[in-house]
Amino acid sequence: MWFKKKVKAKPEEKLKLPDGLWTKCETCGEILYRKELEKNLWICPKCNFHFRINCHNYISLLLDNATLDEQDKNLESLDPLGFPNYKKKLKAAKEKTNMNEGVVYGFAKIDGIPIVFAAMDFAFIGGSMGSVIGEKIARAIRAAQKKEIPLIILSASGGARMQEGILSLMQMAKTSAELAILAQKRIPYISILTHPTTAGVMASYASLGDIIITEPGALLGFTGARVAEQTIGEKFPPGLQRSESLLAHGMVDLVVSRKDLRNTLIKIMNIICKREKLPAK
Amino acid sequence: MNGIWLDFERPIVELKKKIEELKGLKGVEDEIERLETQVEKLEKRIYSNLSRWQRVQLARHPRRPYSLDILNIITEDFIEMHGDRRFGDDPAIVAGITKLDKYSVAIVAQQKGRDTKAKIKRNFGMPHPEGYRKAIRIMEMAAKFNIPIITLVDTPGAYPGVGAEERGQSEAIATNLFKCAILPVPIIVLIIGEGGSGGALAIAVGDRILMLENAIYSVISPEGCASILWRDASKNKEAAEALKITAQDLSKFNIIDEVVPEPIGGAHMDFELTAKNIKKALLRNLKELLKIPVDELVSLRIKKFQNMGVYKE
Ligand SMILES: [Zn+2]
Repeated sequence: MWFKKKVKAKPEEKLKLPDGLWTKCETCGEILYRKELEKNLWICPKCNFHFRINCHNYISLLLDNATLDEQDKNLESLDPLGFPNYKKKLKAAKEKTNMNEGVVYGFAKIDGIPIVFAAMDFAFIGGSMGSVIGEKIARAIRAAQKKEIPLIILSASGGARMQEGILSLMQMAKTSAELAILAQKRIPYISILTHPTTAGVMASYASLGDIIITEPGALLGFTGARVAEQTIGEKFPPGLQRSESLLAHGMVDLVVSRKDLRNTLIKIMNIICKREKLPAK
Repeated sequence: MNGIWLDFERPIVELKKKIEELKGLKGVEDEIERLETQVEKLEKRIYSNLSRWQRVQLARHPRRPYSLDILNIITEDFIEMHGDRRFGDDPAIVAGITKLDKYSVAIVAQQKGRDTKAKIKRNFGMPHPEGYRKAIRIMEMAAKFNIPIITLVDTPGAYPGVGAEERGQSEAIATNLFKCAILPVPIIVLIIGEGGSGGALAIAVGDRILMLENAIYSVISPEGCASILWRDASKNKEAAEALKITAQDLSKFNIIDEVVPEPIGGAHMDFELTAKNIKKALLRNLKELLKIPVDELVSLRIKKFQNMGVYKE
């Protein structure tokens, strides 16, 4: 991660599911009736923009009986660098999200097929990955290795967490190493990218799925547009880092509407998990 | 004297200037001797109490030895390989095979340019995806031939441009992390200057991670951190302190295995001595790693990264 400027207060404020009756779409500006929007899974009926939803929403949306048998819920971040204001920031994030950190993982089923499922939550310090997120993702992968069941990780993150310095960077290596072992065991890994997934998370486990699925219009990439402009004076053309552009450039397999996400997962899981046995030699 | 001095080196430079002036005169030998001891003391004091930002300045020093400077001294017959077999050849990364004493090794190194022309050619040491793909191609070739790998890290970061995004900068970096974790040959990583975030890590997964004494390795540049934290990129000194990015810091966090000493004043003061220290450290680590059976080597490497992180359970 270079800069993380996009992940600042303003867009987050906008995406806090508002209390009022009406919500403005951040892409097309349409004023939408909140109840209708909720029924529409927080997808703008006008422009198909997928509003950010939290990890619990995804659990309800994707998993059988809306149930995750959550593991290692108690892991908590420390402040190993003594970084300015980090402790305060953690406390505020915990209060805001009612979570200990920006990812949940555990055991679940999709169409009866047992899986390990992990979902990040952007509301917790921009989904930034420090030691705890790295460790929980690593443990999720290890659980899939051990039980020999497929892994699904849903990402939403601005990248590595600056406040834990080099320790955050190393979580990229840690999670990728675990995925290498998972691949050796020939266990499927599906990566779902949601808005936004960038920098250190995009440049590690998020990009390593056997199958990569994204929601429409999600911002996905390595560098933030503003950073590119500030550091090398290059202006990103509009849409460069959106799901559809990544699909066109061969970087993801599928762009799937939130409404079809569970069904798509069910189809894929049934094809790759319930197959004919190949003859032993 | 090399003519490029950093702000904190001014007292040393001034004393040295004074000595030069006196050298033309007669009967001042005692005074010169006195000043020379003073210089020595001053150098020792300044260079052994460097702040984190001062180390950043040394790591980015325009005269600092770059990868090819070091390779030219420590290796024989370096045969550079080119291209990722997908898109192109990225001069920000040099890769190839060579001999380090009697040992065959593969080299993957980030390369900065010295003058303007070279800087542009090397893209200021900022690799594109094709650079990382060349790197992993050569590393996989080395693994196929049972040749250990040495990587030299020196980059401000992976290139943040349009082409890099289009061609999958994230995927290229991720794939290198994924593949290097289990490559069945010894991998020694040496950070010689700037270890800029994911762009550095993409060639920095290995069995031993070494850093030159004044090198830095960070999740984000001090300038980038400052502009997020204080909305002010000029607070880079404070950011460097907060981020803890020196070899000494990383040693304390058990992220790196060894700090390779530099000549007093920094690596640019004496390329030969710097290269000698590097070669010694590389050979010692190489000999140790070559004694470990490959399966064990890979599981130790994975364990090494599994152990990184600080949290409460
Ligand atoms: Zn809309």
